[in-house]
Amino acid sequence: MTTKTDYEAVIGLETHVQLKTRSKMFCRCDRDYFDAEPNTHVCAVCLGMPGMLPVINEQAVAFTILTGLALGCEIPQHSKFDRKNYPYPDLLKGYQISQFDQPLCVGGGLDIEVDGEASFVRLERIHLEEDTARLLHRDDGGGGGSGGSGGGQGYSLLDVNRGGVPLMEAVTQPDMHSSAQAVAYLRKLRLILRYLGVSDADMEKGSFRCDANISLRPRGQEELGAKVEVKNMNSFRAIQRALETEIVRQSEILDARDTVAQETRGYIDATGETVSQRSKEEAHDYRYFPEPDLPPLLTEPAVVEELRTQLPELPDAKRARFQEQYRLSTEESRVLTESRRRADTFEETAGHSQPERARAVAHWLIGDVTALLHQVSADAELDQTKLTPAHIAELVDLMEGGTITAASGKEVLAAAFESGEMPAAIVEAQGLGRVDDEGELGGIAAAVIEANPKAVTDYRGGKESAIKFLVGQVMRETRGRSDPNSAADALHAHLDAS
Amino acid sequence: MAGPIELNRTAHEHAAALRAGRYTARALMEATLALVRQQEASLNAYITVAGDEALAQADAADKRLREGEAGPLTGIPIAIKDLLSTRGTLTTAGSRMLGNFVPITDCTVVTKLRAAGAVFSGKANLDEFAMGSSTEHSAYGATHNPWDPERVPGGSSGGSAATVAAGGVPIAVGTDTGGSIRQPAAFTGVLGLKPTYGRVSRFGVVAFASSLEQVGPFARDAEDVANLLGAIAGVDASDSTTAPVPVPDYTADFGEGFDGLHVGVPVEFAGDGVEPGVRDAVERAIAVLEANGATIDRDVSLPSASAALPVYYLIAPSEASANLARYDGVKYGFSVHDAPTMWDEMEQTRGRGFGDEVKRRIMLGTYALSAGYYDAYYLKAQKVRTLIRREFEQAFAGHDLLLTPTTPSVAFKIGEKMDDPYAMYLNDLFTIPANIAGVPALSVPCGLSDGLPVGLHLIGRAFEEGTLLRAAHAYEQHTDWHTMRPPAVV
Ligand SMILES: [Zn+2]
Repeated sequence: MTTKTDYEAVIGLETHVQLKTRSKMFCRCDRDYFDAEPNTHVCAVCLGMPGMLPVINEQAVAFTILTGLALGCEIPQHSKFDRKNYPYPDLLKGYQISQFDQPLCVGGGLDIEVDGEASFVRLERIHLEEDTARLLHRDDGGGGGSGGSGGGQGYSLLDVNRGGVPLMEAVTQPDMHSSAQAVAYLRKLRLILRYLGVSDADMEKGSFRCDANISLRPRGQEELGAKVEVKNMNSFRAIQRALETEIVRQSEILDARDTVAQETRGYIDATGETVSQRSKEEAHDYRYFPEPDLPPLLTEPAVVEELRTQLPELPDAKRARFQEQYRLSTEESRVLTESRRRADTFEETAGHSQPERARAVAHWLIGDVTALLHQVSADAELDQTKLTPAHIAELVDLMEGGTITAASGKEVLAAAFESGEMPAAIVEAQGLGRVDDEGELGGIAAAVIEANPKAVTDYRGGKESAIKFLVGQVMRETRGRSDPNSAADALHAHLDAS
Repeated sequence: MAGPIELNRTAHEHAAALRAGRYTARALMEATLALVRQQEASLNAYITVAGDEALAQADAADKRLREGEAGPLTGIPIAIKDLLSTRGTLTTAGSRMLGNFVPITDCTVVTKLRAAGAVFSGKANLDEFAMGSSTEHSAYGATHNPWDPERVPGGSSGGSAATVAAGGVPIAVGTDTGGSIRQPAAFTGVLGLKPTYGRVSRFGVVAFASSLEQVGPFARDAEDVANLLGAIAGVDASDSTTAPVPVPDYTADFGEGFDGLHVGVPVEFAGDGVEPGVRDAVERAIAVLEANGATIDRDVSLPSASAALPVYYLIAPSEASANLARYDGVKYGFSVHDAPTMWDEMEQTRGRGFGDEVKRRIMLGTYALSAGYYDAYYLKAQKVRTLIRREFEQAFAGHDLLLTPTTPSVAFKIGEKMDDPYAMYLNDLFTIPANIAGVPALSVPCGLSDGLPVGLHLIGRAFEEGTLLRAAHAYEQHTDWHTMRPPAVV
């Protein structure tokens, strides 16, 4: 794109995270409705029946505070819930219980890195609320044509399974300046939430949802431009594209000396465009007021300190420790800390092996083991297979100790993945022990020399690369049970002697 | 079990008769339902009169009586204000909006009453969503005062009050948001108690103004009020606004009389606007208290109490505007189905489903909470509320009870105040402050003015309902106003 002026994008994100509690936010319904039949996880409370009252889910409060602590937020002693009023059929009480001016967590933020450039995204707040029900719009003409939201002859179905699920909203300051930074922030936030175990944070399942506020200003200008809220982005790719599209759209408006309208726009995945949904004038007046059905929340400092002790080691700290303790590369530590389970698998495996072999453990986990896991699913972990950390450690020890070659290692791993048998037993049963008997290897080398006169001539003619071919032949004869260096030594012994 | 059952009795008299086997709960209920149905022609105290399910309840009570497991309410007929959810029984809130609404769960108070073995005579009439002071704002017609069918029984719990006053049932439950138990109790000559906020669970009570309302008893003497309160009070895990305060025996202090009671009569309530007949009756009651050991102090002041009415008419409608947002015709209740769009359907559902008074208060509340007005109205009202609370606390530092008339006047004529909402609101002038402060208050019959009942209003410290009931019981030992019955019904 080419724009006349050099603009700086200013981006803030609002992320809604469904918490992985046992029950819903204000009733006892099972929170986990994934794959459930519509309207099976409901009760009089979350259906908004007359006279029903909310009861605060303590686990959701604890999860939110835990998240706040992980992100360096302040946890005020006094917090409260408020009613956010707006009429829509997906809101069964006609208001949402949310938090207005006294959220559970204030401030904080997280470090991100894009192309080697580090920055800090400040959080404004994290608050707790309840999710809305799901409206499924149908246009097949059935359903008596009632309930259509204007326009077509469609109708809508209401599924209240999601209604009342605990929803945590993290709001950033406008601290990001590119779509890449926005995505980096979201990936980092998702990683931390998963480490904490407070959410699946799965965009596809809707447990991690993001809206963006974006404005443009000429680089160097202090004052912010008109803010556009972009909604309906359902993947990291969608967020990236939507923000890039929006930056271009706003640049073009500004270049044309026009003004950007302050509005809400929806992202259309099929076209990659954003379209206007609601102007500033049409914005809701939510008429917040304190929820009279719930007492104010009092968070004692002792409770906060107790939760602080429950904080696990977070990704950044773990990554740094892996580099330091196991001498891993930045990239190796990053890959191994992409999930808490993977990191735990690594540490357990390394623990079964010798300290100096940790790097080899990392190498095998990241390479061949990951390739096998991908056969299970894109995000499979070791505990979904027949392999255990003990398998991997034994395999690495067999290779590092010289019992088998790396080539045999791959074969043993594949066999263990299939059967669950221990690597040593597989080596024993299949005779995969490394050929290191000089006599046996010498005999094979002699046979290979005998069988490949042209290569031998080439080698003797000064063509050093011919030796590689001969090494390959020795490897083939031993089915990988010899290592290339020993094979070369044996060949040289024969060739250079005669 | 010979002869007809004398229905004109208190619950504890019935309970003694049931335990003695003089008649069965079934016989009592059959007689009660027969009388209630007969009275309905002139009173319209009920939206739903119970059917055979009440007899099944009575049979279960008889079984408990036979097994010796009966409590004070076992087998006792009781009317339930139709704002309280009853599982499987129509619960209308007096509104067309909920004209077909059958709850899937009982409210906690009803659960407790069932557990106590009480037998439900039916769902009593009320002002729509408890918004009103005359029971004229019911979508199911006005209830008439047993003392004079041309007059209102008060409201919003007018049906509960009328059926107790008429002798249909000995006890009833209502709700009180700004006087909705005490004012009808005064107008019909029975006792009515608004408990401390947080004393009784609101779970399952169709919500009007969440931070103000409480469920409470109607009865014909202090002992019945005490027993009924004891049965419905207590902390409830389903209502986070209930307080974990133990429920005492509310009759424990009965017999201690007025001795040592310090009673304050706030100057603000003794002044203008009180009908002479009401003032005379209340003064005579004060004299009874004073003559029998109570110390009367007329030097008490609650200067902010005059602001209670405007505070109430900002906070209650604000909460109501949100509480009533759920009635959109999508899920249950009245629904307009033939409008062109979803928004039209919701608008027409609410336009036709709600009565005028409800719409008036929704608009008032929506306005008070709107951007730009919130600070000036809702927030300011909350600040004044805090002020009023403090004044009550100060007044209670030196007094056990505060005493006022329950209402400035006796029951007015049906239709008299329907076109003047403000005049209607003034009915609750003396009762509203207790809701604002969250303290308990009781209306006790204390005389007649022009042949119509007058209520004596006693206000107590938070969670000290026992003191109110002790005073009421003592008053009953010196007067017999609580035994007076409407002439036509005796
Ligand atoms: Zn539920």
